[in-house]
This record gives sequence, C-alpha cells and structure tokens, in this order.
Amino acid sequence: MRHGASPPLRTALGARPYAARVSDTPAPESAEPCRPDWPRVRLHVVTGKGGTGKSTVAAALALALASEGRNVLLCEVEGRQGIARMFDVDPLPYEERRIATGLPGRDGPGNHRGVVHALHVDAESALLEYLSMYYKLGRAGKALDRFGVIEFATTIAPGVRDVLLTGKVYEAVERNSRNRHAVRYDAVVLDAPPTGRITQFLNVNNELAGLAKVGPIKSQADNVMTLFRSPRTAVHLVTVLEEMPVQETSDGIADLHRARLPVGGVVVNLVRPRDLDKDDLDAARAGTLDRAALHADLAEAGVAAGDDALVDGLLAEARDHAERRALEDSQRKLVAELGVPTYELPRLAGGVDLGGLYELAADLKRQGLCS
Amino acid sequence: MTRSRARVGPRRSGGPTAPPLDVDALIDDPATGIIVCCGSGGVGKTTTSAALALRAAEHGRTVVVLTIDPARRLAQSMGIEALDNTPRPVVGVEETRGGRLDAMMLDMKRTFDEVVESQATPEKARQILENPFYVALSSSFAGTQEYMAMEKLGQIHADARRDGTYDLIVVDTPPSRSALDFLDAPERLSSFLDGRFIRLLLAPARGPARMMTAGLSLITNALTKILGAQVLRDMQTFVAAFDTLFGGFRQRAQKTFELLQDDHTAFLVVAAPEPDALREAAYFVERLSEDRMPLAGLVVNRASPAPTGVLSPDEAMVAAVRLRERQPDSVTAGLLRLHADRSRMVEREATLRDRFAAAHPEVPTAVVPALPGDVHDLTGLRRIGELLAGE
Repeated sequence: MRHGASPPLRTALGARPYAARVSDTPAPESAEPCRPDWPRVRLHVVTGKGGTGKSTVAAALALALASEGRNVLLCEVEGRQGIARMFDVDPLPYEERRIATGLPGRDGPGNHRGVVHALHVDAESALLEYLSMYYKLGRAGKALDRFGVIEFATTIAPGVRDVLLTGKVYEAVERNSRNRHAVRYDAVVLDAPPTGRITQFLNVNNELAGLAKVGPIKSQADNVMTLFRSPRTAVHLVTVLEEMPVQETSDGIADLHRARLPVGGVVVNLVRPRDLDKDDLDAARAGTLDRAALHADLAEAGVAAGDDALVDGLLAEARDHAERRALEDSQRKLVAELGVPTYELPRLAGGVDLGGLYELAADLKRQGLCS
Repeated sequence: MTRSRARVGPRRSGGPTAPPLDVDALIDDPATGIIVCCGSGGVGKTTTSAALALRAAEHGRTVVVLTIDPARRLAQSMGIEALDNTPRPVVGVEETRGGRLDAMMLDMKRTFDEVVESQATPEKARQILENPFYVALSSSFAGTQEYMAMEKLGQIHADARRDGTYDLIVVDTPPSRSALDFLDAPERLSSFLDGRFIRLLLAPARGPARMMTAGLSLITNALTKILGAQVLRDMQTFVAAFDTLFGGFRQRAQKTFELLQDDHTAFLVVAAPEPDALREAAYFVERLSEDRMPLAGLVVNRASPAPTGVLSPDEAMVAAVRLRERQPDSVTAGLLRLHADRSRMVEREATLRDRFAAAHPEVPTAVVPALPGDVHDLTGLRRIGELLAGE
C-alpha cells in the first residue's frame, strides 16, 4: 500500500463506508450523485478472473466516464472482439472508432454526454505502427516483415505481444506530437488480461527494461512503467462473491502491490437479487417460513390456489437462495477486508444488452467509480 | 442424467437435444489413456479434471492429474501445495477397487529448466540458464505455460508407458487467452525453431560472410537500431546456445501432437452456460475436429438449478406485483420474484445450450448444476464426479 496507490483515497478509506453505499434497493434517480473516487486517474485498467464479467464492467465504466462531455477510449487487447459484440457493431479494426454516446449526466447546461471510442489493439498492427512512428524505418521495416521478424515478434516470441499491447495503450493515454491528428482522450479504459496474468502483463516493460539496459527500447519501457506506476493509473479488479474469485482478487492485489502497480477498486459483479430481507432469509434457511400464509397469498394473487407442489417448490427455492446469499455475505466480508473501495453490480437475469450496460454504468457512477 | 429440462412457461418447440455424455463409460474404458480438459477461463476446468481423476481412481484406474493453477484449498486437500513438479499421492482416495490417484501442479519454469538440463552438457546448460533471455522466457513472459504443459504431458506419458506407473493421465489446460494457444503450442514451437528469423539470428554465430547479403545487413542494422546492440547480442547468444536443443524440442513437440491425436486420448471441452464460454467451446470443438483430435464431449458446469413447479416467470411477476400493491413487504412476493428470476436464468441457459447443440448436434453433453458453495475437498470432488456421471 505504500507505493503507487493514490494517497488521498487511502486516507479517505476509513471514513467512507464503501460497501454500505450499496443498499438493497437502487437509490432513487434524484439521489445526490457520489463524489468521484478517482478524479486523477486517466488510465483505468479493468481485470478479473475469467467468468466474472470484466469486459462488461470495462464497457460500463467507459460509459460512466463518458458523461459530462468527456471523451473516453475503450481498448481491448485479447483479440476477442468482445466490445463489438457488446455494443452490437461490426468487428473493430485497428483503428479508433466511435461506438457509443456516454451516460447522460445530470440535467443542466454543460452536462452534455461524452463519446466512447473503441480500439481493438492487435500486436502486429501495433508493431508496424510503432516502427513507422518512432524509427521511420522505411525499406528496413518492409524487410523486417519479409524476414518474418514481425511474425516472430508478434506471434512466436512470448512476451513481445504484451510489450506491444501495453505500448499502444501508453500511446493512447500520452498522446503527443508524434500522433498529431489523433483524438485526445480524457480517460482510457483497458479491458485487460485476467487477474492471474495482470501483474505480469503490466510489468512486462519492467522486464524489458531489465533486458535492454540502454537504448530506445529501454527508455520507452521506462516511460510506460512510469505511467503504469503513477497515480494516473488505477487497476480495478472484478470479482463475484465466490470463494475462488475472491481469493484470486486478494492474491492479485498483493501481486500488484509487490510490483508497485496502483490498485484501484474492487467491483463485485453478478450480485444476486435481494428480494428477501435478513429475517426472511434466516426463516427460509431454517424452514420456518409460514406455509399457510404463503398459500393464502398465492390464492389472493390468483395463482394456483391450494397447489402444494408450488408452495414446496417456492420454499425449496427460497432455502437454496438463502444458502447462496449466506455464502455471498461471508465472501462480501472478505472483500470489505481487502482495504480498497468496493462497488457492486447486480446480475441481470436476461443477460447484458446495450441498455443493460447503461444501467450498470449508472450504478457505477452512483457509487463513485468514475473520475 | 441430471439434464435439467424442466420447461417453464411456453414449451419451446422440440429443439435439438444433445446426446448425453457417458462419463463413466469414458473413464472405465481401459483404452482411455489421456483425458484433456480444455475451455476458457473460469468455467471450472480444474475442478472438472480433479473430479474426473478422483472418480476414475475410485473406479479402479491408476490415475495422475496434472493441474495448472488449482484454488489453494483444493490444492491443500489434494496434498499438492508444494510446487515441486513431481506427482504426489492424494490421501483419502477410496482404493478398494485397486485404483489410486496422484496429483501434480505444474511449475513451468522448472519444467523448462529440466528440459534444458537433460538435453545439454552441464556447461552449456549453465550458459543457457544464466542467459537473460532464457530467464525472461522461462519465467515471466506469457505463453510459456502452454509449451510446458505439453512438454510435461509428454514426459509423464513416456514415463507411464515405460514404468507402468499410470494407466490414465488427466490434464487440466492453462487458462489461455484463446483455445488456440494450447492446441498450437507444439506446432508453434516447431515453427519458432524453423523460422527464418531464428536462422537469421544464428547466421552470425555460425559464421561469416556467405549469408551477409544486403538484405541481411539491413535487418541487422534495423534490429540494432530498435533493440540496441547488447540486446541483439544476448538474443544471438541465447539462440545459438539453444540451437543444439532445438532438434530434441521439435521431435518431442511433434510426438506430443501425435499423442493428442491418438485414439487413446479424449478431449473434454468444458464451458459454463454463458454466451462467451459457449462460443469459445464451439470454436474449440471446431478446432479439435479440424486437427483430427478425438473429442469425447462437452461439460457445461455451473448450470442454474431448475425451478420446480409450472409457474411461468411472467405469471410469477404479475402475482408478485399484485401482492406488493396490497402489502409492500410481502414475503410471498419476494419468493415469487426469486422464482421468476431463477426461471429466466434457466430458460436463458437452456436456449444457449440448444443453440450450441443445433450447431454441433454430434457432441455428447453433460450438464453439471451449480453447487451452492465452492469445492475444496475430496467429498466435494466426489459430488461433482457423481453429477458429471449423471447420478
């Protein structure tokens, strides 16, 4: 915690009951919008164990950041074209494309919506772009391609991919005069490799700087590491309330700290619906919910009066749900002990479509995961 | 089978149904020598492999399970916390039918080191092990895991065949960026070794002028400009030192690939009932058949448990709203909403599976319902094994 983490947030931690901000019912729209937790962050890295929905969270975060007229770039680096699928657009080329309008801000002048651009970074294009931008190689660049160097570097030599991918992300954040006509972004969101690989991925330039002791590669690698370790970067971890993902999140945070990379927040995703309060959950688990009242209510609501099988089914489902909720709560406690801000997103029963992404974005913004 | 086909709401018109996967027939068949579990990250590959291995051992097979990154408590319960790259016996396995289970967690750097040490002279081995490129390549750069998982599989298989140690090897695959990484590892290693670039790097070390064409010096100069002379030199030293090992690597990579295509191997594609995981699974199924790899079936983990009763989600929601109007904190309304939520999840998952089955009707499928808690002991693994076998 000593290194890299942004100090004001750490000190605020004790004072702000992060987890408590998520209530059983969504806050009404008129609720006071939360103070942003990450005002200084330009690069939001979103990681998470496979299956926790990190790409969904990255997309929702990009929408949340793109309110109030801000320009946001959402990058993916794993060649899956997940962004194109989520936003229902054609597969993305290696080119920044406008894909969506950001989350509507509060009403009032000057609160127009921002724009989300997306970029699918592939290593081969990144390398060719890098070579032409920094080395003006000309004929030699083509020769490298012909001799299989480009292919070697991007598909065969392990690790080089990561150098190129992080290099492109760095370029998007630190746009400078070399890329004159490009859009400048207020924030960049990186849909990053999974938790198990994230430290290695972000730290690859550190390895590289160790290999190349002098020269242009060395200075480029040093620059990238400086950004990644600065308070302008935050690595957010997505988890679900299950034992293994929570454990992996905790390990991931420890790894990031060791590598002096700045840990952001933990986003707890796919949270089960909370239609029963604590007493009812206890009763459901103990099997003491009132059968007779249930029968009466069902009759009153006009469904299957006197259907014992239905009542048994509902009670069994309630018990099962209560058990899972109890396990969720024990994991939620562990997440709270991680000592970083936490945010919660609901599981949408029908899956996440574009409208669902905006809902999740609003949830993130309401809880303060924005800048 | 626990194929939860409870229909909620309107019946879907007789969609395609995948044939059930007979897990017991697979593990009981003495001809099954290797089971490879593959699929995208977070779908429960490790648990599935461990559960299969345990069930096979308790059915009388002598089994070793090769895991990549098990959850800590699962590793503890199997006695493989230590990363020593050696199979260890798992304590607590029911051995009355004559089987047993060993487990091993893969340490990729160590596997790599062992290969180098076994193939090179001590002096050359030291030279390689100390080279900065080797250090980076073997421990910290991404992608090496896939090579090493295959390497270790080849080793264990050769040992097992020679010494009769195991008659079944269950392999968990690394959480790859994509299905390709794992399948392509042997092939990629070969093309790495044959690549023009490697030849190019070797050229100066092998000696002189003959290859020093204009094109070559252009390349060398460009690389020097980008990488710096020292990096290029390190790389050349590394490649030159490695050159003698390449023949062995290539041979073994080819052998491993053939081993995977063998009839004694069975691939299980593991997925969760999510669009991404099933898309990846579909892709995997296609790749396996293209490469003539023997596919045994699909395992869909973490399926939502089917709701009981015939109340459709819409009916339940309407009733819940009606109750809440009169009684805002109605428990019954809460139960109805939960029922609706669960029914919708189950419907969605069934639709996803049916779509998979429509595209791949020949793939036998086992559906494993989600347990409330995580699996971290043999009892839990046994339970998963039963669910896999449809008990």
